[in-house]
Amino acid sequence: MNRTHSALLSFMGIAALGGCGSALGAANEVVIGDIDDLSGNYADVQGQGGIEAIKMAIADFGGTVLGRKIVLLTADHQNKPDVGASKAREWADQNGLNMLIGGSNTGVSIAMAKVAGAKKVPFFAVGAGGSSLTNEDCTPYTIHYSYDTTSLANGTASTIVKAGGKTWYYITADYAFGTQLQNAASKVVEASGGKNLGAVRAPLGASDFSSFLLQAQGSGAQVLGLANAGEDFSNSLKAANEFGLTKSMKPAALLAFINNIHSLGLKSAQGLYLTTSFYWDLNDETRAFSKRFFEKMKAEPTMDHAGVYSATLTYLKAVKAAGTTDPEKVMAELHRAKINDMFAKGGYVRADGVMVHDMYVMQVKSPQESKYPWDYYKLVKQMKGEEAFGPITGLCPSARR
Amino acid sequence: MNGTRIFYVLAALFALCVPLFGIYPIFMMKLLCFAMFACAFNLLLGFSGMLSFGHAAFFGSAAYATGWLMTAHGCGPIAGVAAGVGVSAALGLVVGALAIRRQGIYLAMVTLALAQVVYFVCLEAPFTGGENGLQDVPRGALAGLLPLKSDLVMYYAVLAAFVAVYLLIRRIVHSPFGQVLKAIRDNENRAVSLGYDIDRYKLLAFVLSAAIAGLAGSLKALVLGFVTLSDVTQANSGEVILMTLVGGSGTFFGPVIGAALVVTLQEYLSDLVGGWVTVIIGAVFVVCVLAFRRGIVGELAARTFRR
Amino acid sequence: MTTVFGVPLAVILGQLMLGLVNGAFYALLSLGLAVIFGLMGVVNFAHGALYALGAFAALLGMKWLGLNYWVALLAAPAAVAVLGLAAERALLRHVYKLPPLYGLLLTFGLALVIEGTLFQLFGSSGDSYPVPEALRGAWNLGFMILPIYRGWVILASIVVCTGVWFVIERTRLGATLRAARENGALLQSFGVNVPLLFAATYGGGAALAALAGVLAAPVILVTPHMGSSLVIVVFAVVVIGGMGSILGAIVSGLGLGLIEGFTKVVYPEASNVIVFVIMAVVLILRPAGLFGKE
Repeated sequence: MNRTHSALLSFMGIAALGGCGSALGAANEVVIGDIDDLSGNYADVQGQGGIEAIKMAIADFGGTVLGRKIVLLTADHQNKPDVGASKAREWADQNGLNMLIGGSNTGVSIAMAKVAGAKKVPFFAVGAGGSSLTNEDCTPYTIHYSYDTTSLANGTASTIVKAGGKTWYYITADYAFGTQLQNAASKVVEASGGKNLGAVRAPLGASDFSSFLLQAQGSGAQVLGLANAGEDFSNSLKAANEFGLTKSMKPAALLAFINNIHSLGLKSAQGLYLTTSFYWDLNDETRAFSKRFFEKMKAEPTMDHAGVYSATLTYLKAVKAAGTTDPEKVMAELHRAKINDMFAKGGYVRADGVMVHDMYVMQVKSPQESKYPWDYYKLVKQMKGEEAFGPITGLCPSARR
Repeated sequence: MNGTRIFYVLAALFALCVPLFGIYPIFMMKLLCFAMFACAFNLLLGFSGMLSFGHAAFFGSAAYATGWLMTAHGCGPIAGVAAGVGVSAALGLVVGALAIRRQGIYLAMVTLALAQVVYFVCLEAPFTGGENGLQDVPRGALAGLLPLKSDLVMYYAVLAAFVAVYLLIRRIVHSPFGQVLKAIRDNENRAVSLGYDIDRYKLLAFVLSAAIAGLAGSLKALVLGFVTLSDVTQANSGEVILMTLVGGSGTFFGPVIGAALVVTLQEYLSDLVGGWVTVIIGAVFVVCVLAFRRGIVGELAARTFRR
Repeated sequence: MTTVFGVPLAVILGQLMLGLVNGAFYALLSLGLAVIFGLMGVVNFAHGALYALGAFAALLGMKWLGLNYWVALLAAPAAVAVLGLAAERALLRHVYKLPPLYGLLLTFGLALVIEGTLFQLFGSSGDSYPVPEALRGAWNLGFMILPIYRGWVILASIVVCTGVWFVIERTRLGATLRAARENGALLQSFGVNVPLLFAATYGGGAALAALAGVLAAPVILVTPHMGSSLVIVVFAVVVIGGMGSILGAIVSGLGLGLIEGFTKVVYPEASNVIVFVIMAVVLILRPAGLFGKE
């Protein structure tokens, strides 16, 4: 027997041994998987803070459900759909994943939702705005938590039009998410009796927005709709201030998080209208949660942090009520139960997967109005969930039954 | 030669037995696609001495072509992949024709520029779905008979394609054509003075490399079931350079090792170290350039020869 | 109203003015890149990270040490220059004799390390740097309102660019630097400390990137990734100008700002890609760049 043969044989031996290695997640565990942006532009919106919030929810629930230990897996999708989707698929195939949460990026979330749908794993999409998740890209296993483009547009646009801001011009991030935001807002503006004067599509990650702002100013519109997010949003608002645009036009954020306002400072952000599903300083319950969160992360929670906390609790409660982790039964329970916690009052999951709950239209305070750290928003309007999320569009096949 | 042969036998056995080990098949397929991509890149950098800074354009455009034909027009996997390879080869012909007239860093910049234009087209074109990409790309059935839906069947199909490409690249490099390419890489002027029409050789190498990169992209689209903008980004072009250099450019198996290392790091390191993954990948770059310039396989080979 | 291609002249002038502001940033950044490439032969992919580092240095100087903008304008580039010197001594000097690819990869790795570390320490959402008291407000130019700070950026950039061009092209120090590039060994034998010269060059290039970062800090949000997408644009500017040509980098930086400004009016989506189209055309028609020597 020569060397090649002996190597070959030992190799096959190893292979046979390795064959026993793969095992599904143990039956005495409930596995929650969080896939999110931990190292990119959205990392502060959810990221590490989101992981902490999920851990808080698991601890608050007691660490076990149905006598099974609750296990959390986490991964960084690096804003790459292939990484997010293959991670989700791997956990479902090999780790006995029971519930998937996270996203923060519509493209990645859609890819994750498709996997979760095929593998029959309940997916709580938190942090991705695209309402296509509950329309053309919906699955029976997706629940869109926290917010979507429809509710953001409904909140901000209808409130401003009613307050007299009739004519709109948009600065739109040149990608699918920006387009969705702009389209959603345009519809609301027209439906409420306002007028859309135009839009300029700025490349994603353009550092200088002054030129686009000048075009917006030339339109003579009353409202400057910012259909962008993150750094693009911050930089466009900052430049609007610098060029004195905010004196002649009302800025309206179609997606802004409290960490954006914190990094911009009230001087630049004051007067801005925005819509959020959570604000730390709303009532005693939100303050209690936020105080605990702040101790861990040294920042107040965004609506996504509160969202993942609430979503995790909601899932665990549903498992407890259904008495099983069987995805069909848990989904049925999720569609049936009312959600009442520090995040939502009387919230419920609609047939198309939207978690319907009240949204808050806010205006950013001026530096003089702000009395203590992170005292940033004043409540303009609490919008009922049905009004904010609108009717079921019928684009989602599983909601048509 | 005997050692090499044993190694290949072992590697082949390992690849064949992967499903038995409980290694995740989708992960292995993705790894094979990137390994193929890196081998294609290596054909250009390692064996022809041309540095492309925009290889993601070929990888991504083929993936889009395959994805689009299979979702919107119901093509089968063979037609879809063939069309993808055709698109990337055609793109390679255009980019190559413009790029090979320049050398070194200028050649790299021409490819970078054209790849940015391709990215822009993919971003703006109506059929690509913007950053949400093309979703739900079906795998279809091979020749209408063998359904690829099962991960196991798909794995062996991808493995077969990879082995075929790997052998093809070896064949190309060892052929007279490959010898001329190496001669051009080592000393362009000498190759000219020997009477070779070097532009034709370079262009053919470019088109071959683009076509193989396209095959890798098309297969990835089939494996994962979607195509998104991240396939055509500059970052993807950068990653394939990293894979090739870490593994060892100019060696046959180096890009495969490099791709395996980089894909594994991306997929599993972040679970352990969270946001530090960027810093670690950066440090790997620095260490590679300073200490392992020949790459893992290159260093190993050099050490064996010295002995 | 006068119109050009159906666009009012005032709008065109306004956009060109803004383009000039951006061009001033490009010029400053590409200048540093061109100095490093021209004198050391290294393609410095860490330039964007050094730019972000400059902005962060200014921000932290203000927060932790109470340094104002004018101090930061000198202190931040100095701090980054020291870091650049250290990086050159520890890492970069090992790749001079290798093909340019290796310098590029090394600095790319360096950029990832710097940006990743900033991200881990300060998060992704960034922070704002206030516009200094003396430069607040705006001028009414008739065709547009120009914030004074933006005017200052143009002025500062032109002064610095001219200064650097003068030092390198017209002084003895510059002549020595260029000689080191041509034949370092010979220069060394004349008693010139060539390694020190190279280290100082990289430090100087890093300082220019950091200066651009400080200038940008009051205008855009300071984040770890603020320079990462900029570096290939700036590199394209250097290629268009002719690699290693100081004058080329300055002129094409300003010129690109203007062209980009015009694109933002006629086809805004393409304003990020126009530079690459120009680069491809220039490289195909005039391989050495507009100002480079063949």
